[in-house]
Amino acid sequence: MNYLPNFSGKLIAVAITSIFLVACKSTPMSNKPATVEDKSTTAASQSSDSNAGADASGVKEVVVDSNANNAGNNPLKDPNNILSKRNIYFDFDSDAVKAEYRPIVEAHAKYLLAHADAKMVVQGNTDERGTREYNLSLGQRRSVAVKKALNLLGVQDKQIETVSYGEEKAAVNCADEACFAQNRRVDIVYEGD
Amino acid sequence: MNMIRWMFFCVLFLVTSIANAALEIEISGGGAQQIPIAILPFGGAANAKENISEIVAADLHRSGLFRVLETRGMANLPISPSQIKYAEWTALQAQAVTVGNVESVAGGRFKVSFHLMDALKQTQLAGMDYQIAPSQMRATAHKIADIIFQKLTGQAGIFASRIAYITKTGKRYALQVADADGYNPQTVVSSNEPIISPSWSPDGTKLAYVSFEKKKPIVFVQSLTSGSRAILANYKGNNSAPAWSPDGSKLAIVLTYGANSQIYTVDSSGGGLKQITKSSAIDTEPAFSPDGNWIYFSSDRGGKPQIYKVPADGGNPSRVTFEGGYNVSPRFSPDGKNLAYIRNDGGKFRVALHDLASGQVQLLSEGSQDESPSFAPNGRVILYATKVRGRGALAAVSSDGKVRQRLNESSGGDVREPAWGPLTN
Repeated sequence: MNYLPNFSGKLIAVAITSIFLVACKSTPMSNKPATVEDKSTTAASQSSDSNAGADASGVKEVVVDSNANNAGNNPLKDPNNILSKRNIYFDFDSDAVKAEYRPIVEAHAKYLLAHADAKMVVQGNTDERGTREYNLSLGQRRSVAVKKALNLLGVQDKQIETVSYGEEKAAVNCADEACFAQNRRVDIVYEGD
Repeated sequence: MNMIRWMFFCVLFLVTSIANAALEIEISGGGAQQIPIAILPFGGAANAKENISEIVAADLHRSGLFRVLETRGMANLPISPSQIKYAEWTALQAQAVTVGNVESVAGGRFKVSFHLMDALKQTQLAGMDYQIAPSQMRATAHKIADIIFQKLTGQAGIFASRIAYITKTGKRYALQVADADGYNPQTVVSSNEPIISPSWSPDGTKLAYVSFEKKKPIVFVQSLTSGSRAILANYKGNNSAPAWSPDGSKLAIVLTYGANSQIYTVDSSGGGLKQITKSSAIDTEPAFSPDGNWIYFSSDRGGKPQIYKVPADGGNPSRVTFEGGYNVSPRFSPDGKNLAYIRNDGGKFRVALHDLASGQVQLLSEGSQDESPSFAPNGRVILYATKVRGRGALAAVSSDGKVRQRLNESSGGDVREPAWGPLTN
């Protein structure tokens, strides 16, 4: 509570290492090691490393980038279509799908039933309070709740994948309930979105 | 190009001020025993780009167990044992004196020699010669600091070990590794989607981690030296929370399929998937006990999240934590005697240290959003993630709660999810 009355540390020292991030336009899964790593502190020094004496072990960098697909001409992306509504919000400490989101769930159930090849990913989210892995599990609980609502409307599990982002997509440093409420959310995403 | 600097702040509970010490760090508090040591400037090689004696002094000072004596202004600054006038150093209460030299040798390399002397007995405690490339100067300094630490405290040094952590700068996530003092950061993998939960293989050559690059959590294992990486687990639903078994042969992971998180084990090659917990609750954050016999994990099977343990090859779980309404993220001390975890203490998430033999629990951290505890390989320090003015930072606390440090990402980004790597030689 009265932590660090005379917090008086000073900047000790500074090391600078250059890391060259190499842009990579390949598909997300290409294991392209972007190799450029200068472990020395100046550009002028040599990069020769040998195993004599103390090892400064090198690290090979990998860059991954997700592809953003462009919006096509389809009902899922039409802002006038209820199918473009993809967010379901939850009460505090709850995974109950509230009545006001019923029309959204029903519309997506209908779409999935009419498009047997369509595949949906239901992404659960939480706020930033608590640990990342535990929140991943809590978010999963909300995605499972939405999946069960879809199941009750006749949608098969094979068309739905429940996943969680936990707190990773949460607005951080929330100061009020309105902010936290935005994070208690399930996002509906279609494969190919 | 991405420049990264770490800042170290030390707050100790002692009140000795080291005026004009090499590192100019103020210390406040009182009462701990610190070993007075004179670390003399290394001789030779004006073209060496790193100052070995300063790096050694910084390492030892940061541990909180040493009082690094001022050497500037001393008339005699020897670089070999035979030149040491011990009376000058014992007059300053030095218990140990180090001398060393760096000289250029063929092929652009350096020869580093170093001697640790007992100032009272005037005998050598350790002496080493290294032939190194210029890029190995810092690493060699850390090894020297490890030798001094081990000789004078009897405990393994951790200065030559490395840490892994995640940075978020703008919208870019990167898994990085750096020396234990925060220098020499290198990016292991970077992505526009979140990366969480890095976990070192016991031999320090690989990292397992969770990447959302395919819009869902998938567990990867990546070699640090070759950069080659493989998917360890990409099953339907979430794949997360990798934790290596002590022998490195398998990992505990968390899968969900279409339901709640459950714990599985998988061979490090990706085969041999086996379900370990079977509940309708959340079971997550597995951690092997150092003897490999148990998997500790967090679960809300009792209503609130608490820590449980289950035999590593499956069986009946039993509850470990009973105090407090939220205990998660268990991590073992290397000797298996203590468990660090995160407790929600009246709305503040803090690092707790649980002595498994006595059952005694001590809150070690003092933030409000502390996460991801990780023991140093000698068990003396716990590294964790904290928030400083809304920004993710790393902090460390000694397991006796007396020495604290904070590490910030200098470029203004967030740093989180620390994992301390093993001692590798």
